[in-house]
Parts: sequence; C-alpha cells; structure tokens
Amino acid sequence: MSKRKNTIISALLLLALFGFILILERMLPPTHIALTVLKKSCIYALVAVSMNLLNGFTGLFSLGQAGFMLIGAYTYGILTIPVEARASVYMYYGGGIIQFAVPVAVGILAAGITAAAFAWLIGLPVLRLKSDYLAIATLGFAEIIRAVFMWDKLGVLTNGSNLLRKFPTFSSVTFPFIVAGCCIAVMVLIINSSYGRAFKAIRDDEIAAEAMGINLAKHKRMAFCISSFFAGVGGALLAMYQTSIQANTFKSAMTYEILLIVVIGGLGSVTGSCIASFLFIACSEWWLRFLDAEMYIGDFKVPLLRSGFRKVVFAVIIMIIVLFYRRGIMGNKEFSVEGICNFFKKRFGRKKEAAS
Amino acid sequence: MLKVDGLKVNYGGIEAVKGISFEVPEKSIVTLIGANGAGKSTTLRSIVSLVKPAAGTIEFNGENITGKDTNDIVAKGITLVPEGRKIFPDLTVLENLKIGAYMRKDSLTEDLNWVYDLFPRLKERHWQAGGTLSGGEQQMLAVARALMSRPKLIMMDEPSLGLAPLIVKGIFDIIKEINKQGVTILLIEQNANMALRTADIGYVMETGNITMTGSGAQLLADEKVRAAYLGK
Repeated sequence: MSKRKNTIISALLLLALFGFILILERMLPPTHIALTVLKKSCIYALVAVSMNLLNGFTGLFSLGQAGFMLIGAYTYGILTIPVEARASVYMYYGGGIIQFAVPVAVGILAAGITAAAFAWLIGLPVLRLKSDYLAIATLGFAEIIRAVFMWDKLGVLTNGSNLLRKFPTFSSVTFPFIVAGCCIAVMVLIINSSYGRAFKAIRDDEIAAEAMGINLAKHKRMAFCISSFFAGVGGALLAMYQTSIQANTFKSAMTYEILLIVVIGGLGSVTGSCIASFLFIACSEWWLRFLDAEMYIGDFKVPLLRSGFRKVVFAVIIMIIVLFYRRGIMGNKEFSVEGICNFFKKRFGRKKEAAS
Repeated sequence: MLKVDGLKVNYGGIEAVKGISFEVPEKSIVTLIGANGAGKSTTLRSIVSLVKPAAGTIEFNGENITGKDTNDIVAKGITLVPEGRKIFPDLTVLENLKIGAYMRKDSLTEDLNWVYDLFPRLKERHWQAGGTLSGGEQQMLAVARALMSRPKLIMMDEPSLGLAPLIVKGIFDIIKEINKQGVTILLIEQNANMALRTADIGYVMETGNITMTGSGAQLLADEKVRAAYLGK
C-alpha cells in the first residue's frame, strides 16, 4: 500500500519536473545556459546511473565508460548520417562504405546494442579480474578503442581522426530528458528485480552469493553488458548534443567526470547519481564559470580569479566531499518524499524538544 | 543420499583432503569434527564445487555431481551455510532470504512463513540491513537463507563460531527441528560436544583423513575423542 503510494508520488514528482522543464523552455531564450546544462546533465545522469549499476550495485570497479560511450556515439553517427551528406563528411575517404541511413530511434538502439556486444566480448577475459585490476583493464580498453577508432585504415567507416557530423540532432531539452528518463527507469526496474538482488549479493559477498547458486560469471557479464548498453545510448545522446563526434572527446577524463558524479551522488543510489550529475554539470558549465574570468571591483582586481582557477576550486570541493561526505549526497539511499518528511520531522522534532 | 568416495582436494601443492570417503543417509544429522586445518571446510566447499576436487567422486541421490557448476548443485538441493555466516550486510533481512531462493521461480510466501516460524526474530527485523543484526541473529539469517532454497541436504560450516553458549544451544535446537521436518544435515563443528550430542553419525577428521567413525553417542564415549576434542 505505502509502496504503491510512494511510486505514485515519485511519478507525480517526475511529471512535475517534466512540466517545469517544458515551462522553462518556453520562457527562456533557446540558447540560455540553463537549457544547455539541463540537456547535458540528462545525458550525464544516464551514463552515471549506468556506471552506478556496475560500480555501486554489482561492485565491479570498471573505468571503461568513456570507451562504451565512444562506441555508442560512433555507431549512432555512422548509421544516421543522411546518404546525401556522406560525400561531404567522408570527403577524405570517398564518401565512406556505408551508403544508407537509419531512423534516429534505430540508431540510438543500435548504439546501445553495439556497446553491449563489445562489452560481452571484452567481459569474457576481463571480468575474471577483481577490483583495481578490473579498473586498469577496462581503462586500457577504453584508451585502445579510442585509438582504434582514429586509425586511418578504418577511415571508410569511422572517418579516421576527422569529425563525424551532419547526423540528426536534437534542440529541445525534452528529447534527452525522455530518452534518459526511460533508460533510467528500465535500470531501476532491473535493480529492483531478482537480477538486481543477485547483483547486490555479488557486491556484498561473492562467495556467499556463489553458495546461494548465483552464477557469478553470468551475472557479472550481464551487469557489464547492461551498463555498457546504456553507456552506449548515453554516448549517442552526447553525440547529438555536441552535433559532432570526435574520438578525442571520449578521453579517460570523461570517465573520471562520471565516476566523480557517481561518488558524489553516492555509490548505490540512482537518484543520487541524477542529482549529482545536475549539480556537477551546472557547477562546471555555469555556476563556477565566474572563477575563470578576471574580475574587478572598482579598481581592485580580485586575486586568484583567472582562467583555470575553476578547476582548482573544483578539486578542493571534491576533496571536501571525499573527506567529510564519504558516502556522497545520498549514501546508498534513494530520494523519496518519505525520506524528506522524516528528515524534517527529525529537525523540527528536535527543535520542539529544545523549545519545551 | 550423499556419498563421497576417495575425495582428494589440493590447494596449490598442499593436500588438504587426502582421499576421504563417507556417507550421509537421508533424513539424518551427520557431523564431521576435527581440529583447525583438518580439511573439514574444504570437504564441504568441494561438495558444492566452490573448490574443484583433484580426485574422487561425489554422488547425490545416485547422481554424480563431482565438479559440476555450483548453481547446478544448489538447484539439485544441496545448500551450504558458509563459515562465518557470510550474510549480505547491505541487503535487508528479507532481501537476504529472497537471494537464498534465487534458484527458484515459484512463490515464496509459504517458505517465508516457514522460516519466520522457525526464527520469529527475523520476522520482527525483516526490514533491517543484515549487517546490523547481532552475531546470533546473523547465524539464524544464514540458516534461514539456506532453507529458502528448499534444500534436501543442508551443510553447515561451524554454525557455533563466535557465539555465546546459550545462543549456540538455540542454534542446535533449531538444527534438530529442521531435521525433524525432513531436511538432511551435514554439520561441521569444532564444538565436538554439541555436535556429537546432536548427530546420528559422526566422523572424526585429522589432517585430511577420516580417522574414526561411529554414532554420535559412541564417539562421545570414546576415550580418544574425549581426550582430543572434549578435553576430558
């Protein structure tokens, strides 16, 4: 009963958020920074939740997210560039070898499936490793895949180190919001299913999980593929957001950004990842931008403020979070109306006690 | 029901189990007792294939299960309660129990009621994270979790480890109760006194070999066993 009530309230909240974004889009000029931040944070939220599924819920410390996003982005780009535009995009490679284009939805789906297929193949050897070793191996994979996609010999497919562009993109916030929202909803359903329980059991104790009859290899591979699927979809969305694709944007720095979002939001909290991705993107693109510009108050030049200072402040914030909020904003709990009520009850309850 | 024949297990170059044979008849309580490093846990782990035996056969209900995948063996009806409980600390009690029934796809209501009847304490705390339970409660949870797979044979690795005497007695009462309800039990213990009092058949293991066999009462009365394990 109360569970159903919670679900209904969450759904209503999501609808309200969606309505708010619609209104925001009407009111603000289309180039306003808030809309850009919203678009990007939707995409990052999707990728962060997919990474959380692997790192936070299954306990597999993987750093291959940027690699799978790259695969997704390229798959989407390669498949959806309109045929008539291919000659100009692939100008150094005779128009490329693929001479057809698929609809956007198919392209996004293909992006996810290709990333998942790569994950399956890589998972065969790599998932035998544990903790740090798995992280190193997946990080290595991401770097290798980036080099492979820039390889000249594959240029007829990937356009080498040149940009892929002229594929269909989006301009409204609603598109990434809906796609990312649906994907995250699917992941939440998976996490709450018996598979999700098995993932969490593996995270808590591998030996006990195995003794309960959970097939470790199969479930780890499953988590890896699901996570990569959604990273691939996220990659496709990011390509649409950036309107062009270049392998060099998918560096390991991107993986670290996402890892940071996951850690700030809380390992094992879906809503934490979503909130943290919005905060992270808003800070790095908008709220902390002023730190990069020189500022004068009257004749007085404010010290320290100059290009690059934002990153210093960011690093300090991260250190503070790691030191004092080790479990992130949400810990491993989920955002819920009930939780907020309890939080305020505690606060006000305490005040009442103090007053009486 | 379970027949182990000539089982050998190696860790690297070390022979932990050196060719042991024993049987667990249906609906009985069988115990393996022995000191640290005798190879008791290794024996259990190799039965569910968490370690692969080097030689020998393991038969369950007439079927050879040696070296099969652990999940297949669990599906056939053997469950291990691992040493040191190994419950899932971040999952709730209820989730822990559901994981125990992971191999089953049918309804769990009946079995949940069954284990809640056996362990009323778990029902009270079904929403708590497993890691917040006391040691005794965690052991109850580990046993209850194993029961959720509706096993024919349940193997327990030192259920009394690190528990107060009174709680140990409670755990052994439950073991007897579970056995009465038709579940066969293979028990490993260092608490030889308790184990032999509960068991129908006992085996004494020393450095990888089985050195003595007898009914629980016989072993309890045996001078050598008394000297070595009961401190009398």
